[in-house]
Amino acid sequence: MLNYTFDWSIITSGQYFDWLLAGLITTLKLSTISIILAFLLGLLIAVMRMAHSKPVRWFALAYLEFFRNTPLLVQIFFWYFGSYKILPAFINDWLNKTGFEFAAAAIALTIYTSAFIAEDIRSGVLSIPKEQMEAARSAGFSYLRSMQYIILPQAVRITIPPLVNQFLNLAKNSSLAMTIGVMEMTYQARQVESYTFKGFEAFTAATVVYLVLSIVITALVNLYNEKVLNVHKAT
Amino acid sequence: MISFKGVHKWFKALHVLNDINLHITPGEVLVVCGPSGSGKSTLIRTINQLEPINEGSLIVDGMNLSDKKTDINKLRAEVGFVFQQFNLYPHLSVIGNITLAPIKIRNTPKKEAEEQAMVLLNRVGLAEKRDAYPSQLSGGQQQRVAIARALAMKPRIMLFDEPTSALDPEMIGEVLAVMKDLALSGMTMVVVTHEMGFAREVAHRIVFMDYGVILEEAPPEDFFLRPQHERAQQFLRQLLTPMQCQ
Repeated sequence: MLNYTFDWSIITSGQYFDWLLAGLITTLKLSTISIILAFLLGLLIAVMRMAHSKPVRWFALAYLEFFRNTPLLVQIFFWYFGSYKILPAFINDWLNKTGFEFAAAAIALTIYTSAFIAEDIRSGVLSIPKEQMEAARSAGFSYLRSMQYIILPQAVRITIPPLVNQFLNLAKNSSLAMTIGVMEMTYQARQVESYTFKGFEAFTAATVVYLVLSIVITALVNLYNEKVLNVHKAT
Repeated sequence: MISFKGVHKWFKALHVLNDINLHITPGEVLVVCGPSGSGKSTLIRTINQLEPINEGSLIVDGMNLSDKKTDINKLRAEVGFVFQQFNLYPHLSVIGNITLAPIKIRNTPKKEAEEQAMVLLNRVGLAEKRDAYPSQLSGGQQQRVAIARALAMKPRIMLFDEPTSALDPEMIGEVLAVMKDLALSGMTMVVVTHEMGFAREVAHRIVFMDYGVILEEAPPEDFFLRPQHERAQQFLRQLLTPMQCQ
C-alpha cells in the first residue's frame, strides 16, 4: 500500500546526521541564551510595571502591549531586516561578527517572551500579601531591596508553572529563526529533506528533538520546584 | 525620644488622628488602648512612617519625619516593628529571617549575624528552631521569632501593633513574657494591645484613644482604678466584664 521505503540510516549517521546535530546544538544555544535573558528582562519589566514613577510604568506598559500583541515572525523580520537601518554602526559591526542571524533571532525571542514572563511575574507579585512589603520596609529595606530580597523570591516560586509554559513556548518558537537563515534544528531538517527527499525521517528527527527538549526543560524546572518546595514546606 | 505635636491624619474624609500631642521618653513603656477603629494602630504606624501624617510635627529619635531630607529607611532601621500577623518571610528559615536585615542593611558579616541571632533566639526560647520555616511554627513561636527579627537590628525603639491579637489564648503568655523581659531591660516601647494584665503590670503610662483623639493619659494604677473619661470607664467595664455589658 505504501510506496515509500523508510531509510532511517540517513539521519543516524554520516553527513546528514552531522547537519542535524549542528542544528540541535544551535537550537539548544538559541533557546538557552534566550530563556535566561528573557527571564531577567521579564523580571526587570515586571518591576518597572509596578514602579512608583509614572513614566517608568507607562514605558513598561507600552513595552508589554507592543511586544505581546504583534506576531513573533514580524518581530524576527523587524530585528533582522529593519534594525540594520536604525542601530548604530558599532552595534551592527559587533552583530555581524557574532552572527547577525543568530543575534537577531535571540533578540526577537528574548524580547517577545520577556513581555509574557513580565506579566506572569507581576501577577505572582500581586498575589504576595502586602504585609510582606510592609515588614520589609519597616526593617529599613528600600522599595527595590524589598523587591529583591523578600517579594520577588516568593513571587518567582508561585510563578514557576506559568514560567515553564513560557520557556516551552520559547524553545518551540525558536524554530521560526530558520526564516532568517539561522541554521537551527528545523532549518537543518528542511535541508536534509531537500537533499534526500527523506522528509518523513528528517522531520521525525526534528519532532523528537523538540519533544525531548521540552520534556527536559519541564523536568529541570520541576526538579528545582520540588527542591524549593521541600525546604519550604507549603505556606 | 518620640514627640507628637498637633498631629492630624485623614483617610479621605475620615479623621483618624485628631490633634495628637504625646511625648515618650527613653526607656518608657507606653501602652495604647481603645476600641477598634479608634486610631491606635494608625498612631503606632505613623512612628516609623508606615502611615505618613498630614499635619503637625512628629520627631522620632531626633529625626523629623516631615522633613524631606530625613532618610526614612535609616529611621526604620532604628525602630523595630512587630505586627499583629507576624509577617515573617515564608521563604526564609528562622535564622534567615533574623539575619537578613543585619547582613543586607548593616553589612554585618554572616557569621557574626548568625551568632547574634542565636543569642536572640535563646532569649526568646527558640534556639532549637533555627532551621525551621515559619509555616512549621505555631503562632506564638512565629511572633517570638518576629520579635527576635526586630531586635536583631539593635533598635532604639520597639513598636508592637496588637502582637497577641492573632494568637490562641494559650500562646499569648509566652509572647507577653518576652515583651516583659524586653521592657525590664530598658527598651523604649510603644505597645498597642488589649492585654490589660500586661498593661497594668509592665506599662509606665497608658494612653486611651477613641475617634482618633487621646481621651486619657495616665499611669496604670490611675487608669484602671480611677478612669476619668466616660468612654474609658465604659471600655474598661466591657473588657473586664464583657457578659454583663450586652
